Amino acid sequence: MADATVRASKAGTANRVEMMLIGLGMVALLALPFFVYPIFLMKMMCFALFACAFNLLLGYTGLLSFGHAAFFGGAAYFTAHAVKVWGFSPEIGILTGVVGAALLGLVIGFVAIRRQGIYFAMITLALSQMFFFFCVQAGFTGGEDGIQGVPRGTFLGVFDLHDEHTMYYFVAANFLLGLFIVWRIVNSPFGLLLRSIRENESRAISLGYSVQNYKLAAFVMSAALAGLAGAIKALVFQFATLTDVAWQMSGEVILMTLLGGIGTMAGPIFGAGFVVALQNLLATSDFPVTIATGLIFMICVLIFRRGIVGEIYAWLNRRRGEKPE
Amino acid sequence: MIFGIPIQAFAGQLLVGLINGSFYAMLSLGLAIIFGLLRVINFAHGAQYMLGAFIGYLVLAKLGIGYWPALILVPIVVGLFGIVVERLALSRLYEVDPLYGLLFTFGLALVLEGVFRYVYGVSGNPYPVPPALAGGVNLGFMFLPIYRGWIVVASLIVCLGAWLLVEKTKFGSYLRAATENPKLVQAFGVNVPMLLTLTYGLGAGLAGLAGIMAAPVYQVSPLMGSNMIIIVFAVVVVGGMGSILGAILTGYMLGLAEGLTKVFYPEASSIVIFVIMAIVLLIRPAGLFGKDA
Repeated sequence: MADATVRASKAGTANRVEMMLIGLGMVALLALPFFVYPIFLMKMMCFALFACAFNLLLGYTGLLSFGHAAFFGGAAYFTAHAVKVWGFSPEIGILTGVVGAALLGLVIGFVAIRRQGIYFAMITLALSQMFFFFCVQAGFTGGEDGIQGVPRGTFLGVFDLHDEHTMYYFVAANFLLGLFIVWRIVNSPFGLLLRSIRENESRAISLGYSVQNYKLAAFVMSAALAGLAGAIKALVFQFATLTDVAWQMSGEVILMTLLGGIGTMAGPIFGAGFVVALQNLLATSDFPVTIATGLIFMICVLIFRRGIVGEIYAWLNRRRGEKPE
Repeated sequence: MIFGIPIQAFAGQLLVGLINGSFYAMLSLGLAIIFGLLRVINFAHGAQYMLGAFIGYLVLAKLGIGYWPALILVPIVVGLFGIVVERLALSRLYEVDPLYGLLFTFGLALVLEGVFRYVYGVSGNPYPVPPALAGGVNLGFMFLPIYRGWIVVASLIVCLGAWLLVEKTKFGSYLRAATENPKLVQAFGVNVPMLLTLTYGLGAGLAGLAGIMAAPVYQVSPLMGSNMIIIVFAVVVVGGMGSILGAILTGYMLGLAEGLTKVFYPEASSIVIFVIMAIVLLIRPAGLFGKDA
């Protein structure tokens, strides 16, 4: 989707304004739980991380996965089961979820990278639907009920995560860790290679890179990070259900990324914040969320393909007198 | 008895598989026709199928228009709806990455499903079998409801008709030529944008027709489309979208495979099509009938 992606800020060129914005964001992250309901913020962070993980694949590798719910919801199940049934501590429980999601990503990715473009989207959708049916029938997921009453536990045996504010800072730390990993991947030689695959796959092949291996690696990393988001979500809400593995969830994460700006670092965060806030707003009204989601999808695709952050970048570029891409 | 399974149960499940396969074939056929020319994967295909069933249900309940007139009326209405969608939106997306077409139609599917869920709820509504096709015949080894037999025959006729339309008519030759090289065909004086619009209308109409045919078999519910579309995607991946005949054959084959799995290992029946898809991708990534690698 090269036409909609905006050139991401290059490594080392973060200017003073960007540094200031990042600093401001950090302060806000620390202070917000004293003003806003912490659970709501934690939900936003989970989905923001999920969307960033997804964007690693769509925005930087050019692969549209329509099955990321499998990794998000799958990790939620793994973590919930590990913590509740096996009695693991939260940090090991999250690790279980992340490793599980990565393995799942390895299997699904191995099959899906055999086709490109639109087929890739359909295959990931079909395989994640297969995983959904597996979750419906498998015993450990609890079927329609899901896994309820998951204990949050005590982080490193010191911090009791049942305290709302302790949990908040635990989630925020994981969120920042996840974002840092995405940022490191994107700005590494590996990330540049992913972008070259996005821009011109045949040229990357002719330069001697084993494109399939790079794609699979990117897929597994994206799945693992999506798993991190799902694992944390399971601890925050203390349950894991079929909603998180359903295809609608895969659609939601696409919407968050599209709305915020495909291929930008900050875009998916804003997109996720907007969508979660909107869902919260609609939950109290009579208006069905599905219709709102669908409408935003259609509007974004027709007139707003660069997304919120993408449009801002384009506007800044125009002001600097550079050619818009 | 076949493999220790009573022949009635065996034949019954095969029939169910054949019925499902008929719908897979009709829907993947429409998807393949649309994709061939427009390069758009029509995610709204399932929603248009649901729309067909619902329009049939509503005209019966509100206006008393029965099955046979609906069989003509519904495809026309859904086809016109498709034409409006193509003119207003899809036609603006041909210049950008084909993935946007998928995302737009995904949004459209969500809106359609959401509207019907909001108004009619998620529970299914029964649609009566038309009197002329009620009842059944005893074939000796099994009891065949006449309507189910009709579905198999009618879907074969529809598939054959669509295949003839694409392969043997003037319209079909324009369509195939425009699939190969739209600019050249336009230069020869064929109105290609109009052709694109009509093709999408045709595909949507086919989905609507499948919907009204499905109404007496399955419950008419807002969710019937999204359950269907993901399976049909898998069918299309297995068949490869290169050939229309391939899409039809794969539809029937996978329907039967699903039916057989229900006999021997019911737990796997909901995932067998996806498993077959994964195996085909590993052995022959282009799909069984696909030409492009």
